[in-house]
Amino acid sequence: MTGLTIDHLSMRFDLPNGQAVQALKDVSLDLKAGELMSVLGPSGCGKTTLLNIVAGFLAPTDGKVILNGKTVRGPGAERGMVFQQGALFEWMSVRENVGFGPSMKGMNKAKKKEIVDHLLDVVGLRDFKEKAVYELSGGMQQRVALARCLANDPDVILMDEPLGALDALTREKMQGLVLKLWKETGKTIILITHSVEEALLLGERLVVMAPRPGRIHREYNLPFAEMGVNKDLREVKKHPDFAKTREEILSMIWDMEEEIMGRTEKA
Amino acid sequence: MDLLGKLGGELVGVLGTLWTIFPFLVGYVLVILGTLAIWRGVRRFLRPKHDFGSLKTVTFGDESSVTSNTAASVISIALIFLAWGAFTGSRLLPGFLHVPGPFVGQTEFTYAIKTPDGTTADATVTVLVYPAGAPADDPAVEAGTGIARNDSVAIQEYRSSLLRAQDNDQVTKDDGAEIVGVDGKAIAPGDSVRLGWGRVALTPKGTLNIEPSKGWQMEPIWLPAPEAVWARFIEISKEGYRNSTLAEHLGYSLFRVIVGFVLGAIIGIPLGYAMGLSDWFRGWFDPIVEFMRPVPPLALIPLVIIWAGIGETGKIILLFLAALWIMAIGARSGVSGVRISKVHAAYSLGASKWQIMRHVIIPNSLPEIFTAARVAMGVCWGTVVAAELVAAEKGAGMMIMVASKFQSTDIVLMGIILIGLIGFGIDLLMRWAERVLVPWKGKG
Ligand SMILES: Nc1ncnc2c1ncn2[C@@H]1O[C@H](COP(=O)(O)OP(=O)(O)O)[C@@H](O)[C@H]1O
Ligand SMILES: [Mg+2]
Repeated sequence: MTGLTIDHLSMRFDLPNGQAVQALKDVSLDLKAGELMSVLGPSGCGKTTLLNIVAGFLAPTDGKVILNGKTVRGPGAERGMVFQQGALFEWMSVRENVGFGPSMKGMNKAKKKEIVDHLLDVVGLRDFKEKAVYELSGGMQQRVALARCLANDPDVILMDEPLGALDALTREKMQGLVLKLWKETGKTIILITHSVEEALLLGERLVVMAPRPGRIHREYNLPFAEMGVNKDLREVKKHPDFAKTREEILSMIWDMEEEIMGRTEKA
Repeated sequence: MDLLGKLGGELVGVLGTLWTIFPFLVGYVLVILGTLAIWRGVRRFLRPKHDFGSLKTVTFGDESSVTSNTAASVISIALIFLAWGAFTGSRLLPGFLHVPGPFVGQTEFTYAIKTPDGTTADATVTVLVYPAGAPADDPAVEAGTGIARNDSVAIQEYRSSLLRAQDNDQVTKDDGAEIVGVDGKAIAPGDSVRLGWGRVALTPKGTLNIEPSKGWQMEPIWLPAPEAVWARFIEISKEGYRNSTLAEHLGYSLFRVIVGFVLGAIIGIPLGYAMGLSDWFRGWFDPIVEFMRPVPPLALIPLVIIWAGIGETGKIILLFLAALWIMAIGARSGVSGVRISKVHAAYSLGASKWQIMRHVIIPNSLPEIFTAARVAMGVCWGTVVAAELVAAEKGAGMMIMVASKFQSTDIVLMGIILIGLIGFGIDLLMRWAERVLVPWKGKG
């Protein structure tokens, strides 16, 4: 029973003014171990809410999340999280940040050092070990965040727009790194993005969500992630199917956004 | 309505006073702009390169785009000392930089009387103006032989003197003679005559009021010269003041501040944490903190004196209260200001609640706590001086209060400068500690 099951999740937020927001309605997904899934959708369609429920920060109003046969009842080290930015601990050095998970578990120093050194090598930050995180560029900070998450050896990695704040070039390099880490570690990954291109490149599976209420609109199985492992991602983008799928999804999202606009105008 | 009328009157008075200062303000601004123009000129002359920095537009709210010009700071401070020296006739400055001082020395003028039968006669008045530290007797003069007889008077600088010049004349006021001229100019009762060294007025009663010129310099009792203040500093640091050494006075003030602040922090920080972490504590203390915060600590002085007397306990309670709310509010906002994604990250890295407290919440709140500590130290230092002004046996504030009662303006100035320097030193120290202990401040 390995894998992640998201079973008929619904989430309603009751606002202080008496109204309620249906952030998610009846969302079901099944992920096999080692699957890489990207989630796309207009903002406000419940992507973050979905991830927060899987991470255990929020309890759903209905439905449940099952990981390796066990129902999720709160946050846990087997579900690692990578945030957009600002979730590193700036009072710790790069090394201490990456070693945070092992430290909390009380792992012995030698073993921790081995893990931290290895991961800093993997993300290419060996020389920045003792630096303060605020001395690093945005891209380097996200590498630290990835390494910190991997240091705990989680079963599932949840990423909420991890590359959203990076410039285009850095972003492209980081996309390559994510694919490489996925292939090398074999982790199950859910990656939220609002870049259609990124979703196509980094998703074996791609889920497009629709808003109000947040729900799954369409699902794709894509070959590009597999193609892109350790390759030049620009070559992948030249694939004729890539452009075709991108156009299809873009117009789908355009339609959704337009519908939202129309609805708010009427309201 | 009555109150409004009164306040309106006060406002008019205040604005009137400010209006007299206005030309000086304008002058000061002109000096600033003038030095700027000179500075620019000199720089262009020395380094005639195009300065790209001058093309940079000032972005409002972006402090980094304007840095402090050191040259301006140096000139500004130098100018303050220069003005201080010039207006006090400081011996540290060459004489030509002094503004005109009071008239000192011997001079004379004549007065003319007219008797009832129409005769007129002259006599000379010799005036000796002596410096404040060297009293002198009226200079000896020959009385002369005419109807009017010569007089003399000694006057201290910055003072004036009434002289009944007619008393020794042959035909006096009682005989119907009256003064009709001073130094060749006609004068009537109530008039005055301006002379090179001052002013002579004739009172309605026929007495001469002799006012030697005061010049532009300040009397030492208003503003002593820099060297006088320095000399006082040396004297007091050697001999002490009011049965205590200078170190004791300052040490007591610092002691009160540090003990009060530390106690305030010891209670205030945990209180702030409790308020940031528990809604019950927050609800319990919010009304108290929000009410006590706007009460200036100075307003508590009378109550604290009533309850705890003027001893150390009272002062330390006062400073404790001054620091307490500031520290509590700093710690509270430090805790509640933690980015939720940091807490979430820690949770999903397997940290327990207690570990999150220890490794995330506390370090994350330190910058805010340091900011609060800096503010609290500043407030405590101001409060201790004020409390000592009201009642104390030792302390920087007590020193200047007592000195002001004896009109020892030099000690008052010395005290104010020391208080300022210590306050500045405390702030520098806090900033240094902040840099060393929470280098990540503002880098989140
Ligand atoms: N804690 C909350 N309280 C109330 N409403 C919320 C809360 N979190 C999210 N929402 C609402 O739920 C909807 C989905 O939000 P979110 O999951 O952040 O969307 P996305 O990540 O796709 O942009 C939005 O309408 C948002 O306003
Ligand atoms: Mg006479």
